Amino acid sequence: MTTDSLILPIALPLLGALLTTALPRIAPLLGVIAATLTALSGLWLTGQVWGGDALNIVLGGWGLPLGIGVAADGLSASLLAMSSLVGLGISVYAVGYFAGSDRGLHFWPLWLLLWTALNGVFLAADLFNLYVMLELLGLSAAALGALTGSREAVAANLRYLLVGLLGSMSYLLGVALIYTAYGTLDISLLSERIEPSALAATSVVLMTAGLALKAALFPLHFWLPPAHANAPAPVSAALSALVVKAAFYLILRLWTDLFANITTTGAAFILGALGAGAILWGSWRALRAERLKLLAAYSTVAQIGYLFLFFPLLQAMPPGPARDDLFAACVLMAVTHGFAKAGFFLAAGLVQKNAGHDRIDELGGAAQSMPATTFSIALAGSALIGLPPSGSFIAKWVMMRGAFETGQWWWLIVIVTGTLLAAAYIFRVLSRAFGQEPTPRCFVTDARAEIPALLLALSSVALLGLAAGPIWSLLGFEGVQT
Amino acid sequence: MSQLLTWTALLPGAILLSSLVPGALIFLLKEESHLLRGVLNMAGAIIKLVLVVVLIWGVFLGGVFETRITIAPGLDLVLHADALSVLFVTLSTVLWLVTTIYAIGYLEHSPNRSRFFGFFSLCVSATVGIALAGNLLTFVIFYEILTLATYPLVAHRGTPDATRGAKIYLAYTMAGGVALLIGAVWLRSLTGPVDFVEGGVLATMPEALHPQLIAIFLFLLVGLGVKAALFPLHGWLPQSMVAPAPVSSLLHAVAVVKAGAFGIVRVVYDVYGVEFASQLGLLTILGVMASITIVYGSIMALSQDGLKKRLAYSTVSQVSYIALGASILGPIATIGGVVHLVHQGIMKITLFFCAGNYAETLGVHKVSEMDGVGRRMPWTTLAFTVGALGMIGIPPIAGFVSKWYLGLGAAEAGEHWVLLILAASTLLNAGYFLPILYKAWFREPPKSWPQEHVFDSRFETMGALLWPPLITAALCLIAGLLAAAPFSPLEWATLIARREYAP
Amino acid sequence: MTAAFLYGGAGILLFALGLWSLLVHEPLLRKLIALNIMGAGVFHVFIAVAHRGDGTPPDPVPHALVLTGIVVAVSATALALALHNRLEQDASDSAQSTSTSTAGLLSGLSISPQSDIIRHE
Repeated sequence: MTTDSLILPIALPLLGALLTTALPRIAPLLGVIAATLTALSGLWLTGQVWGGDALNIVLGGWGLPLGIGVAADGLSASLLAMSSLVGLGISVYAVGYFAGSDRGLHFWPLWLLLWTALNGVFLAADLFNLYVMLELLGLSAAALGALTGSREAVAANLRYLLVGLLGSMSYLLGVALIYTAYGTLDISLLSERIEPSALAATSVVLMTAGLALKAALFPLHFWLPPAHANAPAPVSAALSALVVKAAFYLILRLWTDLFANITTTGAAFILGALGAGAILWGSWRALRAERLKLLAAYSTVAQIGYLFLFFPLLQAMPPGPARDDLFAACVLMAVTHGFAKAGFFLAAGLVQKNAGHDRIDELGGAAQSMPATTFSIALAGSALIGLPPSGSFIAKWVMMRGAFETGQWWWLIVIVTGTLLAAAYIFRVLSRAFGQEPTPRCFVTDARAEIPALLLALSSVALLGLAAGPIWSLLGFEGVQT
Repeated sequence: MSQLLTWTALLPGAILLSSLVPGALIFLLKEESHLLRGVLNMAGAIIKLVLVVVLIWGVFLGGVFETRITIAPGLDLVLHADALSVLFVTLSTVLWLVTTIYAIGYLEHSPNRSRFFGFFSLCVSATVGIALAGNLLTFVIFYEILTLATYPLVAHRGTPDATRGAKIYLAYTMAGGVALLIGAVWLRSLTGPVDFVEGGVLATMPEALHPQLIAIFLFLLVGLGVKAALFPLHGWLPQSMVAPAPVSSLLHAVAVVKAGAFGIVRVVYDVYGVEFASQLGLLTILGVMASITIVYGSIMALSQDGLKKRLAYSTVSQVSYIALGASILGPIATIGGVVHLVHQGIMKITLFFCAGNYAETLGVHKVSEMDGVGRRMPWTTLAFTVGALGMIGIPPIAGFVSKWYLGLGAAEAGEHWVLLILAASTLLNAGYFLPILYKAWFREPPKSWPQEHVFDSRFETMGALLWPPLITAALCLIAGLLAAAPFSPLEWATLIARREYAP
Repeated sequence: MTAAFLYGGAGILLFALGLWSLLVHEPLLRKLIALNIMGAGVFHVFIAVAHRGDGTPPDPVPHALVLTGIVVAVSATALALALHNRLEQDASDSAQSTSTSTAGLLSGLSISPQSDIIRHE
């Protein structure tokens, strides 16, 4: 039962996608049921990993390598937990958001398909299945992003699709080279066999480049802002909070697991330097953005940059508790951003709906008339800045410590500049909420839509900031006292 | 995680929650639920006061009160009550109660009260968290929360001025917060978790690290100096005076600036250790910065016509007495600095309450408009007089006690130049406060006030506005007159000094 | 060995050609074809890997992978064409309001001036 349940987080949303396609009239109802079950199965699986060891199973009655291998360890379970909770929040929000609109009909199957692929990426145990799941993710994401049907949205997502395809092609070529050299695609087998060679190095470069394109790592981020900013709010939330994380998860997995023997300080430094570029450029563009959702999209570019800053630190840090702390902090950062950015986009969507636009300079009245939504933006924003008590504050604290301990103090300048820029762009939005417009009468104006955004934002701050311990436990770093 | 949950382990946490929970609930209230909001506010304030009284007694008897939450392995959120934290907690709790009464009166009929009181409670919680922080990580967390929670209060009125003031406030405190963060993380990477221990923890560090420790101190000092309004990091404080009077009173006379000053005291005594800090030459840097700020603030105050601005520059100057006390090696100066934490708080809040009363009742915002206000509002002006004379250092008001101990401590430590600073500052204080008192009591009142409100009240102004300054003015007198009584601020500061200098 | 090497080398060459074409050519259709050529290149590499010397049956795993890969590539191409078609329709709708357009069945597939729309933000 325990190992069989590994397949549920993939099978349930897939089933949901099929049912919502077949029965469009009750799609929202079916969608929410499927979302709830998916989330529960994901959380249950996380609980299993927490309680015991890593799980794995091979499907289809075939042995490896033909069978589809599914596995869950601490890293995948952490991200699975994130996708479960964030996905549930997005689903509940979407019911209200799409009520009375045809677009909802297409939203539910595509969204559940995207969720299937996402969980598939987190759970797949071999490189080829990862490719299939990545492609499925890219396809459903591009289709969802174009849901509004507006010219900008379709054009941006067509580009997103092509970029995604290019990324997966590059990844797939890397996989082919790996198979040529080692004759297997199973991650755990490969990590034992792999050793430094020109072929292995080429495949690292190909796979990393392809995934970096999908993760929107600067300067390959150009496709992200228009695609994320023009999608409907629940889709933006899913794209920014979850989909880019899938590609990042894979890079992290490959670098720390599969290719741990052959990555070098220089290569890690390049990733870090690109991350630094992302932080500075993304934050700067977010500060200059005129629209709220574009701001949020550029903020994603910057936040992805922080995640890549961990690579040079991880590379330089010798194995031990300090490196475990860094790794956990990296995961914490990714998960916190997932919650915070989803909360931010959902709230931004409400503001946009209420005001009829999302031009930041004219948002005063709308922001002030919706205290709960503005509060969500503030909470999520403080997590994006990295202010305490958010999870990203804890992550930054550990990251800065790692920079001191490994003597790579130059990253501190980037982190500090990025933090100040983030504060500037977040408070540029928040300052609109303190105008002299009429006072709202109560805190929550539209519970079904506002509460998911608020809860997601609150989790990124209170839950992940004050109780980050479970991430350490999930990753098997419990009892480490430094 | 499986620590024994005894009441001593819960009390610091409970003190924090007693304002945090009401604050969170207040956000959810409808705007017109005046009664419920008032009840929540007052209940929180009173429960906190009761808990703090228990804490004072426990810490006096030498009990250990510590709430510890493990955020992640090696990252603990620690609330720990020692003598120094009790002093600051008590100050914030008593003044929160008084200010809540004042704020309820002050904000009657104004919009967005749920938001105001929610953030107000959050600020007090953050201040209490700063006071009780048992390690550097916890301190940084609450220090930044205080920044965040204060921003909406400064921006509260929503006027362009308020937005601008809030922006400036944020720019300063964010930059300071980042400096503090760098210092704290750097120190953490050298030493492991930095717990606050009476007497300091760094004296045993190898000599090779001393240059780094000096650099870290500078980062910490910049971070804390922004909130403590040390020159040249004080620029936000006068700008933030656009905030409503209760905010100026509690936050800019007590919570925010004191958070910075308290942090400096913490870093000097409980992280570096005052002897070690002196050995590294850090006390000299601190002393010079504090002295410059004291004189500069007073000189700037002389030329301000806006009453709140004049008070703000006076705050800039007076808060640095605390840092000055910390910068002189010797228990008597320590007592003078630490006790001023309380004394400056009660005196300055009195002055701000009075300034709010003049503005609210008569529309008087400027010193030049204050002719004869003493005849129209004798009680408020009496309280103002007590606060102002205390600031100058006239016995038997609390401020005299601080200055006396600071002077005595400086003489004892052989730092005679400090006496000159104190003398100069006293003259300047007199220079900017006595003209106000003279105008208020001895000049003829004008025919009509700029914007007079007549309240339906037996007193010169609304009761909720009048009682708080009278209470705090009385506290100023009591703290000075009964300075030698048990549990007076002075006695408690002596206890702190005794523990800090214990071998 | 040589046959497999040649075949695999040709695959990599195809990949490189496709990449070049994708980056250089503006029209969407050419980009799509380029992507498919890149895919074909990768599939060639896989097929070359499957060769395990004369006389031994080939490794079935890469064959299975290639089949799956083709299915994925076809669906991706279909989606890209559908999105492109949508853009074309939009364009011809707005064009029709001013002049009579001859947008026919093939409009979605033609290399029209509108296909540079993917640069548009």
